[in-house]
Amino acid sequence: MASGIRLEKLRKSFGGNEVIKGIDLDIAPGEFVVLVGPSGCGKSTLLNLIAGLETVGSGDIFIGGDKVNKVPPRDRDIAMVFQSYALYPTKTVRDNVTFGMETRRVPKDDQAAALEEFARLLQIDHLLDRKPGQLSGGQRQRVAMGRALVRQPEVFLFDEPLSNLDAKLRIEMRTEIKKLHQRLGKTVVYVTHDQIEAMTLATRIAVMDNGHIRQFADPATIYENPVDMFVAGFMGSPPMNMIPGRVWHDGGKVFVLPRGARESIRFPVDGPAARGADLPDGHEVILGLRPETIFAAGTELPGPNRYVFDAPVEVVEPTGPDTMIVFQIGGQDLIARVRPEDVAKPGRAFRFEVDMTKAKLFDAETGKAL
Amino acid sequence: MRARSTSGIVRRSGPGAVVMRVVLFAVLGLFCLYYLFPLFVMVSTSLKSLAEIREGSFLAFPRDIGFEAWAKAWGSACVGVRCDGLQPYFMNSVMMAVPAVILSTTLGALNGYALTKWRFPGADIIFALMLFGAFIPFQVVLLPMARTLGELGLAGTVPGLVLVHTVYGLAFTTLFFRNFFIGVPDGIVQAAKVDGAGFFGIFFRIVLPMSLPAIVVTVIWQFTQIWNDFLFGVAFTVGDSNPVTVALNNVVNTSTGVKEYNVDMAAAIIAGLPTLLVYVVAGAYFVRGLSAGAVKG
Repeated sequence: MASGIRLEKLRKSFGGNEVIKGIDLDIAPGEFVVLVGPSGCGKSTLLNLIAGLETVGSGDIFIGGDKVNKVPPRDRDIAMVFQSYALYPTKTVRDNVTFGMETRRVPKDDQAAALEEFARLLQIDHLLDRKPGQLSGGQRQRVAMGRALVRQPEVFLFDEPLSNLDAKLRIEMRTEIKKLHQRLGKTVVYVTHDQIEAMTLATRIAVMDNGHIRQFADPATIYENPVDMFVAGFMGSPPMNMIPGRVWHDGGKVFVLPRGARESIRFPVDGPAARGADLPDGHEVILGLRPETIFAAGTELPGPNRYVFDAPVEVVEPTGPDTMIVFQIGGQDLIARVRPEDVAKPGRAFRFEVDMTKAKLFDAETGKAL
Repeated sequence: MRARSTSGIVRRSGPGAVVMRVVLFAVLGLFCLYYLFPLFVMVSTSLKSLAEIREGSFLAFPRDIGFEAWAKAWGSACVGVRCDGLQPYFMNSVMMAVPAVILSTTLGALNGYALTKWRFPGADIIFALMLFGAFIPFQVVLLPMARTLGELGLAGTVPGLVLVHTVYGLAFTTLFFRNFFIGVPDGIVQAAKVDGAGFFGIFFRIVLPMSLPAIVVTVIWQFTQIWNDFLFGVAFTVGDSNPVTVALNNVVNTSTGVKEYNVDMAAAIIAGLPTLLVYVVAGAYFVRGLSAGAVKG
């Protein structure tokens, strides 16, 4: 049975600088929670607080129902994987992996059995007599994972474990981490600044900014219904297009008029996701359109609430499966995601179609979703 | 280890470059001679007989190589009124230097570890104050230290000297280890904490094995300082408890009879030999330690 984690009104300052500004978080047993946010948002500090590597400023931390504010890391039944791997350079892989069991005086036979099981699982069994200096980055990462797994704790803490790997290896290890979680069913708290890692791994994502949690929800909700512009802008790559504009009622319909754009461009926002009908004319809003909701006109099956407009192509960026077209509305760069075969040369006019049911509307003043 | 080679140096060829090379090596050769010359004079003089020294030039090679001067310096030269040679004083120095080096190095390593990996409020201030100790002229502390040793009942003894050298070595050893440990990633200590090791467990099982290069540097430094110390030795010991440096001074300055240059030279070399040995032995470990401790990422 895995342990849950509960944080209550957690605060932490370094010097006069408050990095964790009152965080409440309830992580269910067996969950895979990803803390994601830009650098300096406090996500690593929050992980260190859970690990017991930093002292709590105020508030409480519970692991498995027990308050652990004053419990040292060794007694929290946790294991941690560090960004730098933090392998012991003078010890062999074998001794690195068994060190935690050694300090806990686990019988030698049990140590050997656990070592064998996880060395095989992580495919590091042929490396056991090497020193960390003789391993490649990916192998070190596996050893660091092995060191965490072998003690079979109730909670795993990952601090950006994949950010030092090259792109291909990162995707492989991401899948392996997810497999391991599905197999072991332990609670995982995983810190990353990579929103794709967050989306692919998490059962729930906590988006952090400036010492606060902006939104804590499952990946689909975070992506489809972000609570504010920060979450909307942080999750998704390329990021959501943010178009400043004003609300306008005309003939019983509601539109957003982009700032600085020509008169003919007005986005209808009647869709269920965009609740702008109650706002008075001229209210300043931000219209959020994800790149994949803008495509070449007529290339998708017709649907409700489509809006078609023309704009010249500025830049074309092929990615392989899709091609990004950068164009401008009201002097602002926007990105559309089109099929490679629909692409046009820079400078040519292009007819775009937007799925307005997926559009988001934010209050320009507060940044909150409407 | 990578083989030494100059293949990575691109240089211009031509007559001017050749002349510059010749000048370079001539200057280097001159400096070598300059440094090796006193050593040559000492060794060759120590191997000559007194008669040969008086007759010949001190630059000449010895005609008959003899070790009588060495034997006398070691076993029967007169230090003051006692004529047992340097041997008992040499042992004093060993009994002083070895424990003092071990103690000051161990404590310095612990200090450096605590100051960098178990950060506490005021750690930087404490380190700055300790560093200050490296700049205190030893003359200033002679009288208070003499009083302290008296109170402790260690005045005029070798253990007293061990205490003095340990205390005054701490500033340097702490500095060396602190600067080394600051480069050891905190993540390694954090990982060991999560793995269940405590303050001393992490120190002895993780951190200390990593710090071989720092240990070697500190041991060389401390041994040289302590073995070569004259001031504390002459101030805090009397007669039989003198370290070898003080005894050497007494041998050379004995004013009765003829001046035995060969014995003086042999005695001086004997007194200096252990530091040379430490450089050679520890130096080899030093190079090995540097390459063994090199772990990227």
